Amino acid sequence: MIKLIVFLPLLAAIIAGLGNRMIGNVAAKAVTTGALFVSCALSWPIFLGFLGGSAEAYVEPVLTFIRSGGLSVDWSLRVDTLTAVMLVVVTTVSSLVHLYSWGYMAEDDSQPRFFAYLSLFTFAMLMLVTADSLVQMFFGWEGVGLASYLLIGFWYHKPSAKAAAIKAFVVNRVGDFGFSLGIFATFLVFGTVSIPAILEAAPGMAGSTIGFLGHRVDTMTLICLLLFVGAMGKSAQLGLHTWLPDAMEGPTPVSALIHAATMVTAGVFMVCRLSPMFETSQVALNVVTYVGAATAFFAATVGTTQTDIKRVIAYSTCSQLGYMFFAAGVGAYGAAMFHLFTHAFFKALLFLGAGSVIHAMHHEQDMRFYGGLRKHIPLTFWAMMAGTLAITGVGVAGLFGFAGFYSKDAIIEAAFASGSTAGGLAFFVGVFAALLTSFYSWRLMFLTFFGKPRWAGSEHIQHAVHDAHGHGHDHHDAPSEEDAGHDAHAHDAGIDQVKHGTAGYHPHESPWPMLLPLVVLTLGAVLAGFIFHLPFLDAEHGAEFWKGSLAFDSHLMHAMHGVPLWVKLSATVVMITGLLIAIWAYLIDTTIPARFTATFRVLYDFLLHKWYFDELYDFLFVRPAFALGRFFWKRGDQGTIDRFGPDGVAHVIVGGGALTRRLQSGYVYTYALVMLLGLAAAATWAMAG
Amino acid sequence: MTGFPILTLMIALPVLAALACLFQNAQGARWTALLTTFVELALGIILWINFDPAGAQWQFVEHVDLFGRFSWALGIDGIALMLIVLSVFLMPICIGASWEAIEKRVPEYMAAFLLMEALMIGVFAAQDLFLFYIFFEAGLIPMYLIIGIWGGADRIYASYKFFLYTLLGSVLMLVAMLWMAQEAGTTDIPTLMAYDFPVEAQTWLFLAFFASFAVKMPMWPVHTWLPDAHVQAPTAGSVILAGVLLKMGGYGFIRFSLPMFPEASVQMFWLVMGLSMVAVVYTSLVALVQTDMKKLIAYSSVAHMAFVTIGLFAFSRQGLEGAMLVMLSHGLVSGALFLCVGVIYDRLHTREIERYGGLADNMPKYALFFMLFTMASVGLPGTSGFVGEFLSLVGAYQASSWVAFVATTGVILGACYMLYLYARVCYGKLDKADVAAMPDLSAREIALLLPIGLAVLWMGVYPESFLKPIRRDIGVVVARMEKTGFTGDAHVTAGKPVIPAAAAHEGAHH
Repeated sequence: MIKLIVFLPLLAAIIAGLGNRMIGNVAAKAVTTGALFVSCALSWPIFLGFLGGSAEAYVEPVLTFIRSGGLSVDWSLRVDTLTAVMLVVVTTVSSLVHLYSWGYMAEDDSQPRFFAYLSLFTFAMLMLVTADSLVQMFFGWEGVGLASYLLIGFWYHKPSAKAAAIKAFVVNRVGDFGFSLGIFATFLVFGTVSIPAILEAAPGMAGSTIGFLGHRVDTMTLICLLLFVGAMGKSAQLGLHTWLPDAMEGPTPVSALIHAATMVTAGVFMVCRLSPMFETSQVALNVVTYVGAATAFFAATVGTTQTDIKRVIAYSTCSQLGYMFFAAGVGAYGAAMFHLFTHAFFKALLFLGAGSVIHAMHHEQDMRFYGGLRKHIPLTFWAMMAGTLAITGVGVAGLFGFAGFYSKDAIIEAAFASGSTAGGLAFFVGVFAALLTSFYSWRLMFLTFFGKPRWAGSEHIQHAVHDAHGHGHDHHDAPSEEDAGHDAHAHDAGIDQVKHGTAGYHPHESPWPMLLPLVVLTLGAVLAGFIFHLPFLDAEHGAEFWKGSLAFDSHLMHAMHGVPLWVKLSATVVMITGLLIAIWAYLIDTTIPARFTATFRVLYDFLLHKWYFDELYDFLFVRPAFALGRFFWKRGDQGTIDRFGPDGVAHVIVGGGALTRRLQSGYVYTYALVMLLGLAAAATWAMAG
Repeated sequence: MTGFPILTLMIALPVLAALACLFQNAQGARWTALLTTFVELALGIILWINFDPAGAQWQFVEHVDLFGRFSWALGIDGIALMLIVLSVFLMPICIGASWEAIEKRVPEYMAAFLLMEALMIGVFAAQDLFLFYIFFEAGLIPMYLIIGIWGGADRIYASYKFFLYTLLGSVLMLVAMLWMAQEAGTTDIPTLMAYDFPVEAQTWLFLAFFASFAVKMPMWPVHTWLPDAHVQAPTAGSVILAGVLLKMGGYGFIRFSLPMFPEASVQMFWLVMGLSMVAVVYTSLVALVQTDMKKLIAYSSVAHMAFVTIGLFAFSRQGLEGAMLVMLSHGLVSGALFLCVGVIYDRLHTREIERYGGLADNMPKYALFFMLFTMASVGLPGTSGFVGEFLSLVGAYQASSWVAFVATTGVILGACYMLYLYARVCYGKLDKADVAAMPDLSAREIALLLPIGLAVLWMGVYPESFLKPIRRDIGVVVARMEKTGFTGDAHVTAGKPVIPAAAAHEGAHH
């Protein structure tokens, strides 16, 4: 059955991809979407089996992969609690995104290609989460990277999409560089790449040392940190995060599936899968904690200033991934996975909701040109409201809360309860980031759905109004030229400077294939936390549920309940504070943002330019790479090797000009070779005597 | 298979067919060549099927004494088998690629290719030192001719460079071979592979062979002939050059340098690894700034071949098997990439990357194949490129973390230059009229690319088919290397497991 779940999407991708125009749009869409719904329907019983405690972990062999001496890798599918959680997350969000895309991509020219890529992605992601060896995990890891590259560059006519696709792949490769070295080191130390075997042997290697780049370092710390570099790349952690915001060039359903719910959480999944190994190195765990906390903080600060609706959500994703990592870093793997689980639902919901808004607003993505949409697209509004309530963690302890209330608060409490320095720092950062989360999430809601319409300033809307056919016949690559125009006035963030009015435009609610996924995900965002928090988090239920598929720490989960009241309340207090600031600045006195940015220009620019990471990397890596390449080519190959090598020899022997003439006779070299052959024969002859 | 001289047949058949070509018109020569290469492919498959991985080390052995100690001695082990299969697999594709592109002196062209096929099989099948030498050097003559006669505008300069680099190495290798034959009293390669040469002599012998093999690989800094040769060669010439001729260097290392001079190989560890590390970084960066497609792929070849030397000189099973797979994979992938360049060169007659753009619109099938081979080139798991690169780097890490660290940056840089190339050719707006007028792949072109594509995926998903025949023979080389007592730089110490109580755990690390 697990084979069916994993390989159906691959089969569908091949049919849709190779069949392409031959089988037509509807067939391609039906095959891929159908396959995904079957996979999803088969995945839930597995998950519920583990939830009910009746299922046992098993490994289903598929095929031999690599056999080289002691290195033995198989294609096989591992099913345990951790996998089951990921299975339902991946197949559920993926099947809903497939369905959603029927509506969202309805007017695109290459729909079979799009659906083939989506299914291919799902296959790779399923291979990743069912991996029983590090090498198969790496296969899935790079496979989702490929699908992400193809989908970010789906509208390849746009130079920005083209660049974003390459950037995503290359930055991920930097992470994979670490992942690869981690696998090499693992094999060197343990003589195997099988995950269960490694996890079993890992505790025995605690405290061992290894030579690395001329230094003696702690073996387990080295391995964990190298693998963690891979996790940082895939999960867009600080330093390797720069590709994620640019990845928003892809169609919005892609952002929901790949860059919010599933692929970017692969790093968290990896750390949880390998948690018994990470437990052997406190240094590595501390690094995970600090990196996660730093990312949560960094991305939340940047999220407060972005004006593109998708970029706000992208930075929000980045920030939430940071939460998951520091949860893992303090040993609360159950909480990390729970946040991954709930986040998948509410973040996919927010993205698909944003897609619905963008669809309604004729591909305008700039929130400064939104406003007052609540009454026009009510269903989208309520769906996004549920998503916002979930991400900001609204709830009352002991009664009911939206999804994020259970998972995020658990992380914050676990960080405090861990009692370590790193955990303490992560706690404060986590609380502050929660304040920012609440602020930017509500800012998004207020700018989009409340206030008066500011649509008149949008070129997209004006296009739509002037286009006699109106909403129907737009083309997706239109934004490319116009994006540049927006950047020019990206600095005046004050919404007051934007033209008010509707420009006579009437936004429409999206068609049902788009609304149905929103409704389903809304249920998830509202209920997932309430229903599932016991098995994922509770000290007793948790150990039973996870069955050792991750290093579940019952003591820590107990300690969480014992934290002081102010700790428990802190998350809720900052959530309300963020909401109040957002209400004040975006509903009551809308001149505040402009005045604020004018007063704190430097800070604002720093945040708006995302801490200048792109500029820094361009200066440090991109330019030098090209400059060095040119230098090696012109000065190295041509200026040195050739000059003193072949050209120099030619000069010495025959003197420049004469050379060409003699060579043109065409026989010089052939002659010399024949001579050599003769020499060989003669020598043999001589020796034989 | 006993008695039937299949290897001799595989060498003789193309030679006879080459002669036949010379007496035919263009169309007749094309069909003769195609038919012959298909028969060779069939023979190659028979060879593969009948090769017993558990049988004798050397199979299909033939031995006829000629004059003196010189003998017609043929025989293959798994390593030679895989390279012969690669050669006969690529040959019909080369003939197909030249079907329309070559219009002048077709009979001579086909004859040159057939002759080259015979000589390449000879290189991998030869069991006599001097027979090997003759095939090894003579195999280059048809290549000179192909570049020199059917090449581009600067063909003379390119073939001159090719020749000059090769010459120096050849002379030194010949001298070394003479000394070896004298010392060991035999020219039988299997015997020499087990012969222990004095350690001090090994160094000189190693260096003499190194001069020849390093040029063929090619290794930095004797690589500059390759970009010129590729740029000037016709498409099929590039395919064979990258696909098979470059493998002769790697074959030389694994057949001669390592088993015959194991101690010297260990001494020269840093020389080879150092040059390979430079090659990975240096040529990848050079590839990044190329404006000519063929040059870009040529430079990427140098970087990929560095993974071969890195794997070989890791002296471990993973490294050696990885190196073999990199060779096979690179033979397929770079050959396919040159075909991809040839496809659009035939239409627009330029290799300038900037002249193209947006091909995904009007050539979707082409874009799909090009994407597949691009991904194989950057070593995406599931394609052939991954398995070899992965294994040789696993081996490299066991030998030295420095080497693995530097070499693994190649996977980042490889992604940079290949995706940048792909984006400039296939992505973007289709705004040039002549580019937009280019038709998608013809049936003939699909027939050329599809078999390679399938082979690339096969090797990526189930490499066991290719690892099985070479396993025992790699083991022979590994055994030769083990007696040198080479160890890596990791020196892992035993762990000090602590009682898994949380408090004690914390304490152990602070």
